Amino acid sequence: MPGWTSAATSERPPAVAGRPKTPAGKRITLVKVLVWVAALTPAAALVRGFYTNNLTANPGDYITDQTGTWMLACLFASLAVTPIRRLTGWNEVIKLRRPLGLFAFFYGVLHLLTWIVFVHYFEVSFMVEDVVKRPYITIGMAALLILFTLTLTSSRYAVRKLGRRWQSLHRLVYVAAVAGVLHFWLLVRADTSEPVRWALGLSVLLGLRVWWAWRKRRSLQS
Amino acid sequence: MLIKQAPSIRSSEITPKNLYLRRREFIQGSTAALVGAGLGGWAADAEAQIPRTKLANVKKSPLSTTEAPSEYDYVTSYNNFYEFAPGAGDGPKNASKNFKPTPWSISIEGEVAKPGKYQLEDFIKPYALEERIYRFRCVEAWSFVIPWVGFPLSDVIKRAEPTGKAKFVEFTTLHDVGRFPAQRGQSLDWPYVEGLRLDEAMHPLSIFVVGLYGEVLPAQNGAPIRLMVPWKYGFKNIKSIVKMRFVESQPLNTWQKMARNEYGFYANVNPTVDHPRWSQARERRLPSFVPNRRTEMFNGYADQVQSLYAGMDLRRNF
Repeated sequence: MPGWTSAATSERPPAVAGRPKTPAGKRITLVKVLVWVAALTPAAALVRGFYTNNLTANPGDYITDQTGTWMLACLFASLAVTPIRRLTGWNEVIKLRRPLGLFAFFYGVLHLLTWIVFVHYFEVSFMVEDVVKRPYITIGMAALLILFTLTLTSSRYAVRKLGRRWQSLHRLVYVAAVAGVLHFWLLVRADTSEPVRWALGLSVLLGLRVWWAWRKRRSLQS
Repeated sequence: MLIKQAPSIRSSEITPKNLYLRRREFIQGSTAALVGAGLGGWAADAEAQIPRTKLANVKKSPLSTTEAPSEYDYVTSYNNFYEFAPGAGDGPKNASKNFKPTPWSISIEGEVAKPGKYQLEDFIKPYALEERIYRFRCVEAWSFVIPWVGFPLSDVIKRAEPTGKAKFVEFTTLHDVGRFPAQRGQSLDWPYVEGLRLDEAMHPLSIFVVGLYGEVLPAQNGAPIRLMVPWKYGFKNIKSIVKMRFVESQPLNTWQKMARNEYGFYANVNPTVDHPRWSQARERRLPSFVPNRRTEMFNGYADQVQSLYAGMDLRRNF
């Protein structure tokens, strides 16, 4: 059952502290560090841009664009974990999935904050109007709500507690990714090439899963 | 035996080869810089094709706002110009470094007694340059205050002698992938077209722009000549114009063609009519992180222009 997660890894007992590191364990730790550095770099670049006055004449718009883009990037990276694992057989890579998902939520929250502060400057009536009247905002909010729920249920404790339902719940990440790309697509005025590229990327990530599910079902039938 | 003889040409006098090979562009660039200027020494911007050049004999205008102009660096590095790059930001500036403003001609066509095709210099020559400090409001809810240099559109129109059939003026941007690299792509339906009702075009606030901050117009801001109608959203102010055509029926402007439900023909600044995807009630006067101004009706020019739209439903004619 290929999903954002799969039963085999999700239900694996937590690592025992103090267990001696295997070479593969060491390698994944190194990769994890690299992922953290890579995922925090865009945020650091924004902070640096703020102090060097290098965020264009319209910094509010620039930061909104950047945080939205990096939210999608982290979400896509987390969705790429399972395909990478299946195609390469590198099982340890699964350990990157949760941090990448959490980074997606991190940039999503920053994106939401830019909307509250830079777009609306705390004006509640404008925000309500935006959510109610403008489909791309409504869709973006839905995506964030999903990521919020998935973040709340991302702990090992939640995985254990929810059992099988955890996996069904976390499949909502596909809905969030589609909503995120749609949100981007709907707000572009003319040049759709960038959202088109995201949509193509997403079709590959989701298409692989559909293909695997279809093949599995066929092999069970025969 | 050593022959001591000074070379007849000192090395300092020899033009570097790369400059020599580009001499025609160089001459064109400087001619362009002087178009409309008459004279003026220039402080070269080593990177750009259009050097920063002071325009001479620019009169002040009583039609200028008293608000302080925005910073030059922001105005010339943050704008939309899809012919160079999509989206607002420094894309247009970076993509316009090699823009060649010459040769440039403008044709006057359609319902006029005196149609014609003019070299840019000849087109500009009859008019005295004025500085007009205007508020500039982009449809994307940001704004600047910009000291444009130009001359009244009405002067050009009177000279062309429109016939009784002329009800609208249609303007067209140059379509040339050699000069506008992004026209290779499909981001907009090229060439860019805009239009005004004849009475809007004849309004004293409507001008042709050939400069800003007292200098020749930089490529990214619409060189060598663009429109400025300050009570309308920025996209109405078509850049790099090569044609004005007098017509009987309302032209279909590019953004209306791209998205009819979002961009109309009039595009008057109006805080009470929202863009479908964002509110137009407020704006960011740049540079600013947050909205810092309430948007004014007709961008603050209501007293001068609202009579043009008496009796019109501005919600429908957005």
